Amino acid sequence: MMITLTHYLILAAVLFCIGVFGVVVRRNILIIFMSIELMLSAVNLVFLSFSRYLGTQDGHVWVFMVLTVAAAEAAVGLGIIVALFRNKQTIYVDEVKELKG
Amino acid sequence: MMEPIFFYGFGGLAVVTALLMVTRVNPIASAVWLVVCFFAFAALFITLEAHFIGVIQVLLYAGAIMVLFIFVIMLLNIGAEELKARTMQFSGLLGGLVTIYLIVLITLGLLKNPVRFFEPLTEGYGYVAPVGRLLFTKYLVPFELTSVLLLVAIVGSVVMGKRKL
Repeated sequence: MMITLTHYLILAAVLFCIGVFGVVVRRNILIIFMSIELMLSAVNLVFLSFSRYLGTQDGHVWVFMVLTVAAAEAAVGLGIIVALFRNKQTIYVDEVKELKG
Repeated sequence: MMEPIFFYGFGGLAVVTALLMVTRVNPIASAVWLVVCFFAFAALFITLEAHFIGVIQVLLYAGAIMVLFIFVIMLLNIGAEELKARTMQFSGLLGGLVTIYLIVLITLGLLKNPVRFFEPLTEGYGYVAPVGRLLFTKYLVPFELTSVLLLVAIVGSVVMGKRKL
Protein backbone atom coordinates (compact mmCIF):
# COMPACT_ATOMS: atom_id res chain seq x y z
CA MET A 1 0.00 0.00 0.00
CA MET A 2 1.63 3.17 -1.22
CA ILE A 3 0.84 6.61 0.13
CA THR A 4 0.13 8.91 -2.81
CA LEU A 5 -0.39 12.62 -3.28
CA THR A 6 -4.18 12.14 -3.11
CA HIS A 7 -3.94 10.69 0.42
CA TYR A 8 -2.22 13.82 1.69
CA LEU A 9 -4.61 16.15 -0.17
CA ILE A 10 -7.66 14.39 1.33
CA LEU A 11 -6.13 14.55 4.83
CA ALA A 12 -5.45 18.27 4.38
CA ALA A 13 -9.02 18.82 3.11
CA VAL A 14 -10.46 17.02 6.17
CA LEU A 15 -8.34 19.10 8.56
CA PHE A 16 -9.25 22.33 6.74
CA CYS A 17 -12.95 21.48 6.95
CA ILE A 18 -12.65 20.81 10.70
CA GLY A 19 -11.21 24.32 10.96
CA VAL A 20 -14.16 25.69 8.95
CA PHE A 21 -16.51 23.84 11.33
CA GLY A 22 -14.85 25.52 14.30
CA VAL A 23 -15.15 28.99 12.76
CA VAL A 24 -18.78 28.48 11.74
CA VAL A 25 -20.14 26.81 14.88
CA ARG A 26 -18.19 28.12 17.88
CA ARG A 27 -18.94 31.54 19.35
CA ASN A 28 -15.83 31.73 21.55
CA ILE A 29 -13.45 34.12 19.78
CA LEU A 30 -10.33 32.31 21.08
CA ILE A 31 -11.46 28.99 19.61
CA ILE A 32 -12.45 30.66 16.33
CA PHE A 33 -8.91 32.05 16.21
CA MET A 34 -7.34 28.65 16.94
CA SER A 35 -9.46 27.11 14.16
CA ILE A 36 -8.00 29.68 11.74
CA GLU A 37 -4.50 28.56 12.78
CA LEU A 38 -5.55 24.95 12.09
CA MET A 39 -6.75 25.93 8.61
CA LEU A 40 -3.42 27.67 7.89
CA SER A 41 -1.56 24.50 8.91
CA ALA A 42 -3.75 22.37 6.64
CA VAL A 43 -2.85 24.67 3.74
CA ASN A 44 0.83 24.23 4.64
CA LEU A 45 0.33 20.47 4.34
CA VAL A 46 -0.97 20.94 0.77
CA PHE A 47 2.02 23.13 -0.10
CA LEU A 48 4.46 20.51 1.19
CA SER A 49 2.67 17.59 -0.50
CA PHE A 50 2.83 19.27 -3.90
CA SER A 51 6.43 20.25 -3.23
CA ARG A 52 7.25 16.59 -2.49
CA TYR A 53 5.37 15.46 -5.61
CA LEU A 54 7.09 17.94 -7.93
CA GLY A 55 10.51 17.39 -6.30
CA THR A 56 11.12 21.13 -5.84
CA GLN A 57 11.58 23.10 -2.63
CA ASP A 58 9.69 26.24 -3.61
CA GLY A 59 6.71 25.10 -1.53
CA HIS A 60 8.91 25.07 1.58
CA VAL A 61 9.69 28.76 1.07
CA TRP A 62 5.99 29.57 0.76
CA VAL A 63 5.23 27.61 3.93
CA PHE A 64 7.85 29.81 5.60
CA MET A 65 5.91 32.88 4.43
CA VAL A 66 2.61 31.42 5.69
CA LEU A 67 4.20 30.79 9.10
CA THR A 68 5.33 34.43 9.25
CA VAL A 69 1.83 35.64 8.36
CA ALA A 70 0.39 33.33 11.06
CA ALA A 71 2.77 34.76 13.66
CA ALA A 72 1.88 38.35 12.70
CA GLU A 73 -1.81 37.46 12.71
CA ALA A 74 -1.55 35.88 16.15
CA ALA A 75 0.17 38.97 17.59
CA VAL A 76 -2.38 41.46 16.20
CA GLY A 77 -5.41 39.20 16.69
CA LEU A 78 -4.65 38.46 20.33
CA GLY A 79 -4.13 42.21 20.85
CA ILE A 80 -7.62 42.76 19.42
CA ILE A 81 -9.05 40.05 21.71
CA VAL A 82 -7.48 41.65 24.80
CA ALA A 83 -8.79 45.09 23.75
CA LEU A 84 -12.25 43.60 23.15
CA PHE A 85 -12.26 41.93 26.57
CA ARG A 86 -11.12 45.15 28.24
CA ASN A 87 -13.92 47.20 26.65
CA LYS A 88 -16.79 44.68 26.59
CA GLN A 89 -15.90 42.04 29.23
CA THR A 90 -16.82 39.24 26.83
CA ILE A 91 -15.09 36.77 24.53
CA TYR A 92 -18.27 35.63 22.79
CA VAL A 93 -18.76 37.07 19.31
CA ASP A 94 -22.56 36.98 19.51
CA GLU A 95 -22.42 39.58 22.30
CA VAL A 96 -20.51 42.04 20.10
CA LYS A 97 -23.16 43.18 17.64
CA GLU A 98 -23.25 46.99 17.73
CA LEU A 99 -22.36 47.11 14.03
CA LYS A 100 -25.24 44.81 13.10
CA GLY A 101 -27.56 46.69 10.67
CA MET B 1 8.06 0.75 4.18
CA MET B 2 7.27 2.87 7.22
CA GLU B 3 5.45 5.67 5.39
CA PRO B 4 1.87 4.24 5.61
CA ILE B 5 2.28 3.70 9.37
CA PHE B 6 3.45 7.29 9.88
CA PHE B 7 0.80 8.71 7.55
CA TYR B 8 -2.16 6.89 9.11
CA GLY B 9 -0.84 7.20 12.68
CA PHE B 10 -0.06 10.89 12.66
CA GLY B 11 -2.84 11.78 10.22
CA GLY B 12 -5.39 10.08 12.47
CA LEU B 13 -3.87 11.78 15.52
CA ALA B 14 -4.13 15.18 13.79
CA VAL B 15 -7.79 14.65 12.83
CA VAL B 16 -8.80 13.38 16.31
CA THR B 17 -7.02 16.19 18.17
CA ALA B 18 -8.43 18.79 15.74
CA LEU B 19 -11.95 17.48 16.42
CA LEU B 20 -11.29 17.58 20.17
CA MET B 21 -9.95 21.14 19.77
CA VAL B 22 -13.12 22.51 18.12
CA THR B 23 -15.50 20.74 20.54
CA ARG B 24 -13.95 21.57 23.96
CA VAL B 25 -15.76 24.18 26.04
CA ASN B 26 -12.68 25.32 27.98
CA PRO B 27 -10.25 27.32 25.78
CA ILE B 28 -7.22 26.01 27.74
CA ALA B 29 -8.14 22.40 26.88
CA SER B 30 -8.64 23.49 23.27
CA ALA B 31 -5.20 25.12 23.17
CA VAL B 32 -3.46 22.05 24.59
CA TRP B 33 -5.17 19.76 22.05
CA LEU B 34 -4.10 22.16 19.30
CA VAL B 35 -0.48 21.84 20.50
CA VAL B 36 -0.75 18.04 20.13
CA CYS B 37 -2.30 18.58 16.67
CA PHE B 38 0.65 20.78 15.63
CA PHE B 39 3.11 18.10 16.77
CA ALA B 40 1.26 15.60 14.54
CA PHE B 41 1.48 18.14 11.70
CA ALA B 42 5.24 18.42 12.25
CA ALA B 43 5.56 14.61 12.04
CA LEU B 44 3.58 14.63 8.77
CA PHE B 45 5.85 17.38 7.40
CA ILE B 46 8.93 15.31 8.23
CA THR B 47 7.30 12.28 6.55
CA LEU B 48 7.05 14.51 3.45
CA GLU B 49 10.86 15.06 3.68
CA ALA B 50 10.41 18.68 4.80
CA HIS B 51 12.81 18.46 7.75
CA PHE B 52 13.45 22.18 8.18
CA ILE B 53 9.76 23.10 8.02
CA GLY B 54 8.94 20.32 10.51
CA VAL B 55 11.37 21.77 13.03
CA ILE B 56 10.07 25.29 12.38
CA GLN B 57 6.51 24.04 12.91
CA VAL B 58 7.37 22.79 16.39
CA LEU B 59 9.41 25.87 17.31
CA LEU B 60 7.07 28.52 15.94
CA TYR B 61 3.55 27.05 16.12
CA ALA B 62 3.65 24.58 19.01
CA GLY B 63 6.18 26.75 20.82
CA ALA B 64 5.77 30.48 20.28
CA ILE B 65 2.23 30.98 18.93
CA MET B 66 0.49 28.53 21.27
CA VAL B 67 2.36 29.90 24.30
CA LEU B 68 1.05 33.34 23.29
CA PHE B 69 -2.48 31.90 23.08
CA ILE B 70 -2.28 30.24 26.49
CA PHE B 71 -0.77 33.42 27.95
CA VAL B 72 -3.71 35.48 26.67
CA ILE B 73 -6.29 32.92 27.88
CA MET B 74 -4.72 33.03 31.36
CA LEU B 75 -4.56 36.85 31.23
CA LEU B 76 -8.28 37.18 30.40
CA ASN B 77 -9.09 34.96 33.41
CA ILE B 78 -12.58 33.93 32.34
CA GLY B 79 -14.66 32.63 35.23
CA ALA B 80 -15.98 29.07 35.24
CA GLU B 81 -19.60 30.23 35.28
CA GLU B 82 -19.12 32.13 32.00
CA LEU B 83 -17.71 29.07 30.24
CA LYS B 84 -20.58 27.39 28.55
CA ALA B 85 -20.85 25.93 25.09
CA ARG B 86 -22.28 28.98 23.38
CA THR B 87 -23.86 27.99 20.09
CA MET B 88 -26.99 28.92 18.18
CA GLN B 89 -29.81 26.39 18.15
CA PHE B 90 -29.08 23.49 15.77
CA SER B 91 -25.89 25.24 14.64
CA GLY B 92 -23.75 22.26 15.62
CA LEU B 93 -25.90 19.86 13.61
CA LEU B 94 -26.15 22.20 10.63
CA GLY B 95 -22.45 23.09 10.69
CA GLY B 96 -21.53 19.41 10.98
CA LEU B 97 -23.67 18.48 7.99
CA VAL B 98 -22.21 21.31 5.89
CA THR B 99 -18.68 20.27 6.92
CA ILE B 100 -19.28 16.61 5.99
CA TYR B 101 -20.79 17.72 2.67
CA LEU B 102 -17.72 19.87 2.00
CA ILE B 103 -15.34 17.00 2.85
CA VAL B 104 -17.23 14.55 0.59
CA LEU B 105 -17.33 17.09 -2.23
CA ILE B 106 -13.56 17.77 -2.09
CA THR B 107 -12.73 14.05 -1.72
CA LEU B 108 -14.84 13.06 -4.72
CA GLY B 109 -13.24 15.84 -6.74
CA LEU B 110 -9.75 14.66 -5.78
CA LEU B 111 -10.52 10.99 -6.51
CA LYS B 112 -11.46 11.89 -10.09
CA ASN B 113 -7.82 12.72 -10.82
CA PRO B 114 -5.35 9.97 -11.76
CA VAL B 115 -3.29 8.50 -8.90
CA ARG B 116 0.00 10.39 -8.53
CA PHE B 117 2.88 8.57 -6.85
CA PHE B 118 5.78 10.30 -5.14
CA GLU B 119 9.07 10.06 -7.05
CA PRO B 120 12.41 9.36 -5.33
CA LEU B 121 14.12 12.59 -4.33
CA THR B 122 17.57 14.04 -4.80
CA GLU B 123 20.03 13.95 -1.91
CA GLY B 124 19.65 16.82 0.58
CA TYR B 125 16.00 17.61 -0.23
CA GLY B 126 14.34 19.68 2.46
CA TYR B 127 17.51 20.39 4.45
CA VAL B 128 18.21 23.87 5.78
CA ALA B 129 20.89 24.74 3.16
CA PRO B 130 18.83 24.31 -0.06
CA VAL B 131 15.73 25.94 1.42
CA GLY B 132 17.82 28.85 2.72
CA ARG B 133 19.52 29.23 -0.65
CA LEU B 134 16.13 29.52 -2.36
CA LEU B 135 14.96 31.97 0.30
CA PHE B 136 17.91 34.31 -0.30
CA THR B 137 18.10 34.10 -4.10
CA LYS B 138 14.86 33.36 -5.95
CA TYR B 139 12.50 34.53 -3.18
CA LEU B 140 14.54 37.44 -1.83
CA VAL B 141 11.89 40.11 -2.53
CA PRO B 142 9.00 38.22 -0.80
CA PHE B 143 11.37 37.51 2.09
CA GLU B 144 12.16 41.21 2.49
CA LEU B 145 8.46 42.09 2.22
CA THR B 146 7.86 39.67 5.11
CA SER B 147 9.98 41.93 7.33
CA VAL B 148 7.70 44.85 6.45
CA LEU B 149 4.71 42.69 7.41
CA LEU B 150 6.30 41.91 10.78
CA LEU B 151 6.94 45.64 11.34
CA VAL B 152 3.26 46.35 10.61
CA ALA B 153 2.29 43.61 13.08
CA ILE B 154 4.51 45.14 15.80
CA VAL B 155 3.02 48.62 15.27
CA GLY B 156 -0.49 47.15 15.15
CA SER B 157 -0.13 45.25 18.40
CA VAL B 158 1.33 48.32 20.14
CA VAL B 159 -1.66 50.39 19.00
CA MET B 160 -4.06 47.62 20.09
CA GLY B 161 -2.41 47.50 23.51
CA LYS B 162 -3.16 51.17 24.25
CA ARG B 163 -5.37 51.74 27.25
CA LYS B 164 -7.75 54.10 25.45
CA LEU B 165 -8.56 53.04 21.89
